[in-house]
Amino acid sequence: MSLKDYIAERKAIRTPLVMTHVVCGYPSFEDNMKELEIMNAHGVDFVELQFPFSEPSADGPLFVKANQESVDSGTTVAQCFDFMAEVTKRFDFKVLMMGYYNTCFKMGHDNFIKRLKEAGGCGYILPDLPIEEADELHALSKQADLTPVILMTPTNTDARLAQLGAASQDLVYCVARKGVTGSKTEMNQEVITFLERCRQATDVALGVGFGVSAKEDIDFIAEYGDIAIIGTAALKAWEVGREEGLHRFFESLGL
Amino acid sequence: MDLFDFKDGREGYYGQFGGSFLPEILTATVEELKACFHECKKDPSFWAEYEQLMHQYSGRPTPVTYLPNLSKQLGGAQIYVKREDLNHTGSHKINNVMGQGLICQRLGKKRVIAETGAGQHGFATATMAAKFGFDCKIYMGEVDVKRQRPNVFWMENLGAEVVAVQDGQRTLKDAINECMRDWVSNMADTHYVLGTACGPHPFPEMVSYFQSIIGMEANRQIKELTGGRLPDKVFACVGGGSNAMGIFQGFFDDDVELIGCEAGGLGPGLGKHAARLAYSDASVGVAQGFKTFFLQNDDGNMLETQSVAAGLDYIGINPIFAYLWEQGRVRFEAATNEEVRETLKLVMKTEGLIPALESTHAFAKAVEEAPKMGKDEIILINQSGRGDKDIFTVADALDDAHWREFIKEKAAQYES
Repeated sequence: MSLKDYIAERKAIRTPLVMTHVVCGYPSFEDNMKELEIMNAHGVDFVELQFPFSEPSADGPLFVKANQESVDSGTTVAQCFDFMAEVTKRFDFKVLMMGYYNTCFKMGHDNFIKRLKEAGGCGYILPDLPIEEADELHALSKQADLTPVILMTPTNTDARLAQLGAASQDLVYCVARKGVTGSKTEMNQEVITFLERCRQATDVALGVGFGVSAKEDIDFIAEYGDIAIIGTAALKAWEVGREEGLHRFFESLGL
Repeated sequence: MDLFDFKDGREGYYGQFGGSFLPEILTATVEELKACFHECKKDPSFWAEYEQLMHQYSGRPTPVTYLPNLSKQLGGAQIYVKREDLNHTGSHKINNVMGQGLICQRLGKKRVIAETGAGQHGFATATMAAKFGFDCKIYMGEVDVKRQRPNVFWMENLGAEVVAVQDGQRTLKDAINECMRDWVSNMADTHYVLGTACGPHPFPEMVSYFQSIIGMEANRQIKELTGGRLPDKVFACVGGGSNAMGIFQGFFDDDVELIGCEAGGLGPGLGKHAARLAYSDASVGVAQGFKTFFLQNDDGNMLETQSVAAGLDYIGINPIFAYLWEQGRVRFEAATNEEVRETLKLVMKTEGLIPALESTHAFAKAVEEAPKMGKDEIILINQSGRGDKDIFTVADALDDAHWREFIKEKAAQYES
């Protein structure tokens, strides 16, 4: 089934769709698996597996710490792909690789696409790879039927959003506000206007992220977007209360 | 040679290196910066304004000094030194910073942020912010804050807020990451004053442009001093590479050998140095917004770096040098911590000059090669900064017993 059909099918069950995030190897792969069990039990539709990088310059404090501790504990790219293969075999949700471009560049575009495909991933999010630099990778992705998830941001002009929209397929990641991952976003008129501009620029599903942490956010995204992307808030819940904390967090979101 | 016409390739690329790999949220900000800079570059009155500012505020032109004692002792080439140490704030960093201050003014922004390693760039930025009336925040790795307290003292007293960065290795690269995080949040009123010819386009071009004042002056000055001759070799230290880009630009079109001197630290071997090109431990990667040679592992995660000179202690090299090295136009050598210590002692005692530990890397390689050259040949060294501001680091590097005694006594005084 194509990703587009998957999104349509899941939409018929529940809106918005939900995408969550774990940092591979933080606190450990065993704990990652426990987190994913809970996410799966709450019916998430997508999971980003972040491959840790030593220079996570677009991430906020909690993910920076997670990246760093995972790198320091010796997590490798090979382990992340192995883990992804295990995850895609075990669960029905779709899995995206998330990370920084150097991870992909260093192993080579061909190899990256091949490994991602073999591990059962459906696409990737590389926030520091602008579309101007992505021609070759996007072409290879198309051949392999993998989706590059492009980011749209509130500082983009309409002309730029149109360019980003033209390069997108299946879904885009709308960054609800300026800044790094993890601080609270107020879902207000400004965000509505931004999401309307994104909608103008593309027909694909709108994932909305950066600061999603409460039921109101989910309800807001149900109205103005398609996929709620939950990052830092879930890791925070895990850090505070492990399995029980994460479970209660998803409950509080009405999931 | 015009490296910046980008006629044969893509804008912001030097061969396969450079580019702009930034989060989408910064696209509009960087476009605005690029447009403003290129407008300034085309406007001859902008350069005149910049030169005037540097003359009045920083004491430019800095002289070229002949070193007769050292030349004689080494018995080979005649050695000359471009004295960037005589700038206000003690290094070439002020050239870039004042230029970017003018750009920031034109952009109508009121706040500047900067990363700093040794503290020289942070010090210069804090100075510029005080003069121009900008709010100023300096990000500095916690390790560097601890080893460069005198610079932190001056930054704070010049009115800047200094943030000790706790992430990663807590050094320069981590301070750059933290600047990026600030910039993606505050780009509307904030200009990021990147300190070296690294990072995303247009920074390598812009920093090189302001630093080119060094090479322009040096070309003219060396000819005046030598009856119209050009140097046979020019040596400059290379961390990110801004001082070297500055002086080399004065000689790109001439038959002059250009030598970049990197931090050899403890010698070759992963994690023991910061030599990206002189040793063979680095490979091409994309990080901190640009593509170049980085000291990284097979997974693309960055390695630890080591150097006695905090200002050279960086994982990547400027993309222009990666290209010029591939083209064979610039040769790269590394000086080890040990060579640097010995050379500093030699230069102080023979000529009374106190180069910064960073600049001493360039002296070390010049001192090594001078005896093999003829007496009628000419070496020019860029003394990018002064060493006396580094008294704590230099005293440690030279393991000076009297200084240690003094610090102990001073500490005892504070405690009583």
